[in-house]
Amino acid sequence: MAYHKGISFRTPITILFIWMLLTAFLPLNALSGEEQAHHEAASHEAEKGGFNAGEVIIEHIVDAYEWHILSLGEFHLSVPFPVILYDEGQWHVFMASHFHHGHEAYKGFEIAHEGKYKGKIIRKAEDGTEIRPIDLSITKNVFSIFVASALIIIIFMGVAKAYRRTRKHAPKGLQSILEPLIVFIRDEIARTSIGEKNYERFLPYLLTVFFFIFFNNLLGIIPIFPGGANVTGNIGVTAVLALFTFFITALRGNKNYWMHIFNTPGVPWWLKFPLPLMPIIELVGVFTKPFVLMVRLFANITAGHIIILGFISLIFVFGQSSLYAGYGISVISISLSIFIFFLELLVAFIQAYVFTLLSAIYFGMATEEHHHEEQH
Amino acid sequence: MNLLTILLQAASDLTPIAKMAAGLGASIATIGASMGIGQIGRSALESIARQPEAAGDIRSNMIVSAALIEGVAFFAIVVCLLIVFL
Repeated sequence: MAYHKGISFRTPITILFIWMLLTAFLPLNALSGEEQAHHEAASHEAEKGGFNAGEVIIEHIVDAYEWHILSLGEFHLSVPFPVILYDEGQWHVFMASHFHHGHEAYKGFEIAHEGKYKGKIIRKAEDGTEIRPIDLSITKNVFSIFVASALIIIIFMGVAKAYRRTRKHAPKGLQSILEPLIVFIRDEIARTSIGEKNYERFLPYLLTVFFFIFFNNLLGIIPIFPGGANVTGNIGVTAVLALFTFFITALRGNKNYWMHIFNTPGVPWWLKFPLPLMPIIELVGVFTKPFVLMVRLFANITAGHIIILGFISLIFVFGQSSLYAGYGISVISISLSIFIFFLELLVAFIQAYVFTLLSAIYFGMATEEHHHEEQH
Repeated sequence: MNLLTILLQAASDLTPIAKMAAGLGASIATIGASMGIGQIGRSALESIARQPEAAGDIRSNMIVSAALIEGVAFFAIVVCLLIVFL
C-alpha cells in the first residue's frame, strides 16, 4: 500500500481546512477604533441582540419552568409545564405559559430575574422581600425524568417478557444488547463486590440506578426534544441518588460494619479513648463517600455539557464579528463537538458504571461477615 | 491611571483577583489529575504488555481508578466554579 508522503492538496478535507483558515482570520484587521468601541458596547448589552455565550450556556444547563425548543426572531416555541405552588396554605396550579417566558407576573407570582432566587418563582411581599413558595412544579428536569423512566419501564418490561418467552433459544433484538449489560452488572459489579450470599438483595437497586443514570446521561446528550435536559447534571438529582446509597448502606449495615467504624479492630487504643480520633475519621468517611458520589456524577456530566455548549457558542461568538468567521470556525467547532460527543457517550457509560460499582462496594462493606484477624 | 490607583482599586474589590485565582485553581487541578491518570495509563499499558491475557481485568481497573481520580479533580473545578458564580 502506498504511504502518504505529505498532505495531498486535492483532498476535500485539506481544501476545507485551508478555506476555513483563510475565512476565520479575515475580519481581524477590519475593525477601526470606533467599531471596536461599538463592539465592546454591544457585548455588554444583552438586549441589543448580542450573543452572551456565558448566559446561553448557563440557560442550557439549569432547570426551567418550560422547555424552550427554538426561537425565530420574536417567535418562541417552547413546551410549558404545570406550575404547582403551595403558598400560605393554598395550592396554586397553573401552566407556566402564563409567565410568558418569564416576562409577566401571574396571580402575584413571577420568575425572579436576578438575586438569590434567579430563575425561580417568587412572590413579592409588601415590603419588597422575595418569598419563595413551596415549589412542586413540573420543570424541564422533572419532565425529562418522567420521559427517561417511561423509556426504562417500556424497554425493560419488553426485555423481561422476551426473556420469559424465548428461554430456550438465543435472544434477539433489544434483549440481546441489554441482557449482557444486566449480566455484566450482576456478575462483575454485584457478585464480586457484595459476595455470593447477599448480592441478590441489592441487585434491583443497583440495576435501577445504573440504567437510570445511563439513560439520563444519554438523553442529556441528544439535542432534540425530549432529550437534552441536563438531568444528571442537576445536583438535586445526584444528591437524591447518593442519599439512596447512603441510606441503604446505613440501614443494611450489620454489627461488623458499625464496629469497624466506631471501634476499628487492629487500631491502638489511644486513637480511640480520650480523643476518639479514629471513630471521627471513620464517621466523616461515612458521610463523604456518598457526597463524593454525588459531586463526581454532577461535575462530570455538567462539565461535558458545558464543553459541548462552549464549542457551539464559539460559532456564534465568531459569527458576531463577521459572518464568514462564523462559517469558518464552524468547521473546527463542529468537528471538535463531534469528538466531545463521542467522549460524552463514553463518559455516560463510565459514570453510571462507577456510581453503581462504588455503591456495590459500599453495600459489600456494610454486609461483610467478620473475618478473624490473624494477630496472634 | 497610575500604578497606585490600580493597586488601590484591586485591594478594595478583590473580585477580579478571585476570578483569576479560580481560573488558576482549575488549571492546577487539571494538571494534577492528568499526571495521576497518566501514571495509571502507563502502568496499565506496561502490565498489559507483560500479560496480554489479563487485558480485560486491567482495563476495567484502570477505568475505575481514572474515574475516581477525575472525581477528585472535579471537586476542585466545582469549587472554582463556585468562586466565579457566587
